Amino acid sequence: MTQTNAAEPIQKVSIVVSHGSLEGVYPGLIMANGARMEGIEASLFFTFFGLDAIIKKRMNNLKVATVGNPGMHMPTLLGALPGMSAFATGMMKKEIEKIDIPPIGEFITMIHDAGCEIFACRATVDMFHLKPEDFCEEVDGVISVGQFYEMAAGAQIIFT
Amino acid sequence: MGTMSIVAKPIELDADGHLANRNDWNEDLARDIAAQEGITELTPQHWAVINFMRKVFEKEGDAPSIRRLTKESGVDTKTLYQLFPKGPAKRAAKIAGLPKPKGCI
Repeated sequence: MTQTNAAEPIQKVSIVVSHGSLEGVYPGLIMANGARMEGIEASLFFTFFGLDAIIKKRMNNLKVATVGNPGMHMPTLLGALPGMSAFATGMMKKEIEKIDIPPIGEFITMIHDAGCEIFACRATVDMFHLKPEDFCEEVDGVISVGQFYEMAAGAQIIFT
Repeated sequence: MGTMSIVAKPIELDADGHLANRNDWNEDLARDIAAQEGITELTPQHWAVINFMRKVFEKEGDAPSIRRLTKESGVDTKTLYQLFPKGPAKRAAKIAGLPKPKGCI
């Protein structure tokens, strides 16, 4: 295989966050923040349970999934014990703080201040009967999939 | 009085284009690097960031994260991105004569 020209640097990313667990939300936020740090244009689109990350009352209470999560290396029945998810969540939050990654609410503010636009998915907002006041102030709008694609023109789309 | 021109000593860079030896750094050089990066004037806020980064690097061997930078240098996130538009961590480190930061945040 021959390569005729050097790879173009990435100019713009649109990151979709579709999961509402702590381990489902952080990767997308870290990638969005990392993009801005490199001077790459970035936007975040929250859909389905991912919306929990931008809902005021929920954003700072996201949990690690201890059931149905093979990455936990824990038997499903053990993961289902009361308090197990809270325990795993506490551990992860502690380790995350150690490497200087902020809690979700603070991270969303930081990413938005860094110039990343934040959008909520219209279909999910309708499905869960959410109101504008449910969202944190960083949310720039509730948009349809069509609008998302329009906005993402020229971007790499990353689905998490 | 006569004049004398001194041939500038070549400065060694690392693979990322940052200074290879941070002892080569001085404030004039910082201004030159900034100009190359499209920042024509280093304001007191730029210097606050640059000096904070150098201080942390001196002590800890890596540049601070953006979060720490904004919490401890007195320059908030929005301002930081205005000061160093094309990626604050890397640009500020380059101007401060430090290697590219290793952290993800």
